Amino acid sequence: MDAGNVLLDVRDLRTVFHTFDGVAKAVDGVSYQLKEGEPLGIVGESGCGKSVSALSVLRLIPDPPGRIVGGEIFFRETNLLDLSDSDMRKIRGNRISMIFQEPMTSLNPVFTVGGQIAEAFRLHQGLSRQEARERSVDALRLVNIPAPEKCIDQYPHELSGGMRQRVMIAMALGCKPEILIADEPTTALDVTIQAQIIDLMLQLKEELGMAIILITHDLGIIAETVSRIIVMYAGKIVEEASTRTVFKSPLHPYTQGLLQSMPRLGDKVRVGRVRLEEIPGVVPSLYELPTGCRFSTRCRHVMTICKQEEPRLEQIEEGHFCRCWLTHQERQVSGDG
Amino acid sequence: MVERLLNVENLKKYFSIKGGLFQKTMGYVRAVDGVSFFLNRGESLGLVGESGCGKSTTARALLRLIEPTEGKVLFDGKDVCALPKEELRQLRRDMQIVFQDPYASLDPRRSVGQIIGEPLDVFGVCSNRSEREERTACLLKEVGLQPEHAWRYPHEFSGGQRQRIGIARALALNPKLIIGDEPVSALDVSIQAQIINLLEDIQENFGLSYIIIAHDLAVVEHICDRIAVMYLGRIVESAPDVELYTNPKHPYTQALLSAVPEPDPDIRKERIILTGDVPSPSRPPPGCHFHTRCSARQEVCAVNAPVLVDIGGDHYVACHSVAGSS
Repeated sequence: MDAGNVLLDVRDLRTVFHTFDGVAKAVDGVSYQLKEGEPLGIVGESGCGKSVSALSVLRLIPDPPGRIVGGEIFFRETNLLDLSDSDMRKIRGNRISMIFQEPMTSLNPVFTVGGQIAEAFRLHQGLSRQEARERSVDALRLVNIPAPEKCIDQYPHELSGGMRQRVMIAMALGCKPEILIADEPTTALDVTIQAQIIDLMLQLKEELGMAIILITHDLGIIAETVSRIIVMYAGKIVEEASTRTVFKSPLHPYTQGLLQSMPRLGDKVRVGRVRLEEIPGVVPSLYELPTGCRFSTRCRHVMTICKQEEPRLEQIEEGHFCRCWLTHQERQVSGDG
Repeated sequence: MVERLLNVENLKKYFSIKGGLFQKTMGYVRAVDGVSFFLNRGESLGLVGESGCGKSTTARALLRLIEPTEGKVLFDGKDVCALPKEELRQLRRDMQIVFQDPYASLDPRRSVGQIIGEPLDVFGVCSNRSEREERTACLLKEVGLQPEHAWRYPHEFSGGQRQRIGIARALALNPKLIIGDEPVSALDVSIQAQIINLLEDIQENFGLSYIIIAHDLAVVEHICDRIAVMYLGRIVESAPDVELYTNPKHPYTQALLSAVPEPDPDIRKERIILTGDVPSPSRPPPGCHFHTRCSARQEVCAVNAPVLVDIGGDHYVACHSVAGSS
């Protein structure tokens, strides 16, 4: 692997939340790398730590109650966790930007759209009011908003959900960031609007050549947009591989279960009426995590060792990592023979 | 022999917009604008569409949880819209609803036993306490919970379990019809499958009919036998599940199907990207509501609203461009 290619290197990131119920380890030792221009997907169910791990990269964890207690986040050569608040501010929205899930709540209702987009230009590039306004119109045009000159003076409540998400994207991309983190960017939108936004994001990625971290629970979106996938469960990465591998030959029982439990459009045509495979039980609470493998309480293939000792994230094949005793054993066996 | 359980004709619900000094009616939001469909006994019908298309309002108007403005709803031979209060109350035994948000639809101050037992009390189904407890325990088991859960409160349960409680409550009176208003959309992927399987199991065990409202086409296709697609207060197409998927006729249905992301990296779909947003239901476009975003638009579309026409095989379409429906 060409080391110069790595844009973001997250090493053993640990983020915890101190609450009345105890300490919740929302992200518990997560490591991954993102290369220049690469689209990376993080999937998992609510509470698995996918959003917290992304917010940690931008140091947007509210402290208290949250806190990054360990690890390093290298953005090119700098460890983001060592930066002062003002240096961090120079990176946020400039070199690394984020789009949030709720376009309704992440825009400020009392400022015009234009004012909010222009803020990034004025802060990061020191442009004048007039220049920033012109650049904002360009940014809105980039995200295919009809009549951007008019839109720029509107308030967020005057726009539809899809339009607001476009404004969010315009705001995030204004300064041509190297990394765009999109946290469930289309979850609040309708399918036809979702298709528009995904299309737009992919097109802009090509034009601007930025890397994307796409966080979602929707496996369909992830299959269509990213080249590599990280699957998270209860604060840990359980599997990491190329998109094709995750969908065609997943190794971790959780990934397998997730793929099988999802109804797919056209299944009745292909295979007729079948019962969905379900993953029994519920995601464990972060306060009472099971000992050993965190998925052991719901796993079909659970063994004695799974309940005693936590498996490590091991490389099974080139670029395919899995955290499971099953694959560990298979590797031992094939290694011996 | 298939038997009609529900027949809806030209159902309308307009909400008035009040404004000005004396709260005069300034206009109407046409949430449901002339919807007709039917449901056979033991069948499940899916209502799909994007937010604001009127699918939830249709469901609520069917139950008269909100009074429909116009139209006829025949349920089991009785006209729901014309029933007097007491008879309507009795009829509600047969038609129940499961809501979307399992956090908001259960009273946090009441135990699960009380929540599920309430319909039993209201209709005096159980003569004494032990009978009631027995029935609640039985219902809890039916939805995959334990009888001792009856003493717990909603906050002690996860989202999926709460949805099970909501389903048990709907089942309590042995209804003929259950309406599921986005019953799984608030749940995680692995939990969704559990609830979908549960809904299918109890349909078989209790001989229920379903109307499932959802925006997720894959979920609806999985559960339902027939699917109706709504756009801005009207049904634009309805067909049996496989027929709708393999042979969609309405441009909106085609766009909707193509917009669903395919969870398979090898499949690259030809995607029809619709331009623009859904128009506001307070000022719907004249003629066909979809003509402002339609690729197959003709002159007639902006003038006349197409009617739902049978094109054979239980497949109905409302579009001027489809042969046989003009």
